[in-house]
This record gives sequence, structure tokens and C-alpha cells, in this order.
Amino acid sequence: MRNALGIVVFLAFTFFLLTAAFEIRPFGEPVHREMDNYFIMHAQEEASANNVVTSIVFDYRGFDTLGEATVLFTAVAGVLMALRSRGVKT
Amino acid sequence: MTTTIIKTTTRLLAPLILVFGLYIILHGHLTPGGGFQGGAVVASGLALLIVAHEHKKVKELFERAPLSQLESIGALGFLGTGLLGLAGYTFFKNVIANSGFLFGGKTPIGINPGYLNTGGTLAYMNIFVGMKVLAGLTSIILIFFLILKEGEK
Repeated sequence: MRNALGIVVFLAFTFFLLTAAFEIRPFGEPVHREMDNYFIMHAQEEASANNVVTSIVFDYRGFDTLGEATVLFTAVAGVLMALRSRGVKT
Repeated sequence: MTTTIIKTTTRLLAPLILVFGLYIILHGHLTPGGGFQGGAVVASGLALLIVAHEHKKVKELFERAPLSQLESIGALGFLGTGLLGLAGYTFFKNVIANSGFLFGGKTPIGINPGYLNTGGTLAYMNIFVGMKVLAGLTSIILIFFLILKEGEK
């Protein structure tokens, strides 16, 4: 019974993945390209960086990076606080 | 755990890895990569150094390494660089770019010629975030290593 269920789920998932792989759009042709074109055309003047990815990460979406940095800071602080009590001095 | 193979490989590779990580952090506003990526590369180099040495030597080496201070300085510096934009503009506005300050050279428009002295706040943020990531990841690896070694005794 469990094996039959497993095979059915496996076949369904394989079918789903294969369909997705065959239906995928050709590389380099996204559906929406207005925002991409805007970044490519204006990032150098607006954000003053030659690396457009960096200008998006630290300028256009700075809040997102701030949250990411906060997550890392909280994780490190939590690990150090939880493990420092075991008598290990760093 | 520390075999001769690991020690020799570390002696050859660790300086290269550390320099490459610092290069990725410093050139974050010009080439692929940035603070997070470069910090992770530097942390992996330091992890190699931690793994390849004896317990006592690691304790000696990292006893006075200001890891938590670097972490805090990185976080506060990143926030402070973002807050600089509030002086007249909005949060995270690139105020240092094209101002003539350090990293404030004129940004060339068009094909990237790779001038290091451009980028404004982006370069500072890359440096701060890299500092933070390398300190955080290294301290996590270090405390795991120390607990493992203390448990073996």
C-alpha cells in the first residue's frame, strides 16, 4: 500500500517536473522586461555604480539587504549566546 | 584530524583564498560579487586555518581576534552609511558618489572601465557587510570547533 502510494506520488512529481522542463521559456526571453530595461538603462546615472547587481542590492533594494544583515546578525548572536554558556571562551 | 595533506594544502591555499576574498569585497561595486560573497570566501579561508591547526594554537591565534567587535562595527557601519542618505535625501541614497570624497570619483557612463575610486556609499556598504559576514561566520565555525575539541578531552 505504502509502496503503491509512493510510486504514484513519484510518477506525478516526475510528470510535473518534465512538463515544467519542456514548457520553460527560452533563455534570455523573460515575460516582463520593463524593469530589467529600466535598471540597465538608468542604474549608472541614478545609483552611480558600474555593477548593476550591486546597485540593486545596496541602493534600490537597500531595505532588503538591511533585513538580510539583521537576520545574519541575529543568527550569530543567538548561536554565540546559546553555546557560550557551556564554558567555552572565544 | 590534522593530517599532513591538510596542513600542506592550507599553507599553499589559505593566503590565496584570503586575498581573493578581500579582492571580491573591495571590488564589489565593479565586478561580480560583493560584501556577502567576499565575506563568505574569507570566512572559508579562516575555517581552513582553524581546521588545519592544533586546538591550543587555534585558541592562541583567535584569543585576541576582535570577532564580535568586527561584527558589531559592520552592522552599525552599514546602518550608518544608509542613514547618511537622510542628510537631504532619502534613506539609502547614494550621497558620496560623484562628491570627490574617498570612493567618490565621477562614475563613467557606458562600458565599465573598472575605476576603483567610484561607487560612493556602495563601496563602503560592501566593506562593512563583508566585515560583518566574515566575523559572523568565522565566530560560528570557531565556537563549534572549540566545543568539539573540549568534548573530546
